[in-house]
Amino acid sequence: MADRKKHILGVENLSKSFGHVRAIENVSVDFYAGEITAIVGDNGAGKSTLIKMLSGAERPDRGKICINKVEHNFFTPSEAIENGIATVYQDLGLVNCMDISSNIFLGLEPLRKGIFVDKARMKRESRELIEKLRIGISDMDLLAGNLSGGQRQALAIGRAIKQGGRILILDEPTAAMGVKETQQVIELLLNLKTQGYTIIIITHNMQQVFSLSDRVVVMRQGRVAGDLSTGESSHNEVVGLITGMEGVS
Amino acid sequence: MTLTDKIRKVNIEPGSSFHQLLLMVVLVAAVAGLSISSPFFLKWDNMRNILDQSVINIIIGAGMTYVISSGGIDLSVGAAAAVCGVIIALLLKAGLPVFPAAAAGLLAGALLGGANGLMVSRLKVNPFIVTLASMSVFRGLTLILTKSIPIYSFPTEFTWLGSGSVIGMPVPVIITLAVVALAWTTIRRTRLGYYTMAIGGNEEALRRTGVSVDYYKTAIYMISGFTAALAGLIVTARLNSADPLAGYMYELDAIATVILGGTSIKGGHGSMAGTVIAGLFLSVVRNGLTINGIASYCQQLLVGLIILFAVVISERSGRRL
Repeated sequence: MADRKKHILGVENLSKSFGHVRAIENVSVDFYAGEITAIVGDNGAGKSTLIKMLSGAERPDRGKICINKVEHNFFTPSEAIENGIATVYQDLGLVNCMDISSNIFLGLEPLRKGIFVDKARMKRESRELIEKLRIGISDMDLLAGNLSGGQRQALAIGRAIKQGGRILILDEPTAAMGVKETQQVIELLLNLKTQGYTIIIITHNMQQVFSLSDRVVVMRQGRVAGDLSTGESSHNEVVGLITGMEGVS
Repeated sequence: MTLTDKIRKVNIEPGSSFHQLLLMVVLVAAVAGLSISSPFFLKWDNMRNILDQSVINIIIGAGMTYVISSGGIDLSVGAAAAVCGVIIALLLKAGLPVFPAAAAGLLAGALLGGANGLMVSRLKVNPFIVTLASMSVFRGLTLILTKSIPIYSFPTEFTWLGSGSVIGMPVPVIITLAVVALAWTTIRRTRLGYYTMAIGGNEEALRRTGVSVDYYKTAIYMISGFTAALAGLIVTARLNSADPLAGYMYELDAIATVILGGTSIKGGHGSMAGTVIAGLFLSVVRNGLTINGIASYCQQLLVGLIILFAVVISERSGRRL
């Protein structure tokens, strides 16, 4: 089974300290195409620091990040995006007072005659993207602030894909959402998985870890405490690794 | 959809088409009312006065629309207009031809605005504080350059810019139309306009996409400085005098114009069409009060109340979602 998986992203011996605090130490994890990996851990376990380094928001002290087995050094979010890693933060980073196509193309607006924003093209391509992702939005003129929580998350994911992201990092993608909206987001992520996207989610929702992800990477005190297949592990096993009480059953 | 549903769907928020239409109706009503109350109101000379006043409001308002849409404020525009008028006057007096002197004054305005923009964007200082301080700096500079004495008497080619006309159309009006057309196009159709709204709506979101927010913020304040300088040029040319106290309270009128026009005081939405209509409206109101014998301090009171009213509506609206 493992032989068929295509290795996309790998971190090797990644370490990062903030002053005297070791946020992560010698972390090595691999990510594969068409796979959803959940990163879990208690507060301060190092998940956010790991994600910040993958997304170019923090520079590692040591270690390397490889995409398609080639080492990359990117130290800004835009460099990470150029290398196909797009992050959807918990606040989603949407401009509420702008419409859907303007949000999807934010920072990437196509130009006519080198000056004028090609709004017609933005709308057309946004509609195509929305249809491809099966997001239930029909009116591209809607303001982002008028969308539901699930639609807003989907819009943020759509933008990440438009930016060229093949590796999507999502921070708490269903936080503060209702049951229906959570289901919409889960369906979207499963759809992207089948299209070959590599998806990394940070979540505290254990039920979601098992219903959505293929693998779960457990972090504790800045290190990888476990890297498990969700099909071959249990809720208690993961909780045990998070808390450091592996014997709990 | 029932008629009630259709009525419910009408967007009445500031900056919407409905808001602009309403503003236009109020403007027409004000013109109609004032033309009845005073037989002088509709005379061409009086219309010319209104246009002279409104072009200043609208030109500075065009730059201010950019600034306020980005969530900022520029209190230095009046003083910037004065200092740039003085720079042009001094260069003309030094024997420089009209075009290079005017260009130097406009460039100075853009640079002064750029200095504001750099402090706001790079040093992360609150724009209210930055431009409040620069207002004082620019005014002080104006007084130093003129030694508090107005500079007057310029070549006719220069005064033509403030009081001349082309086929019956006043030159300042032609300049204003050009500024409005350029500002309307850029704010709606270029990346600069898009990013201005995005900075006002969610600056961090734009920054994360890799766009240089600092660059665009500086450019926005440069535009404001440039339009202030252009207003200073027109006033200097019209009065044939560069007064060190010119431009007093221009910032208040410009802010009133922009907010009344429907641009969100919180940023994220700007209406150049609204700025034009509101600029005309404020000038009509001021003129109407004057020809009806209302004292100037009462006019100041009224403009203040209009700003308060417009800001309250802008704050309470759901435009910034």
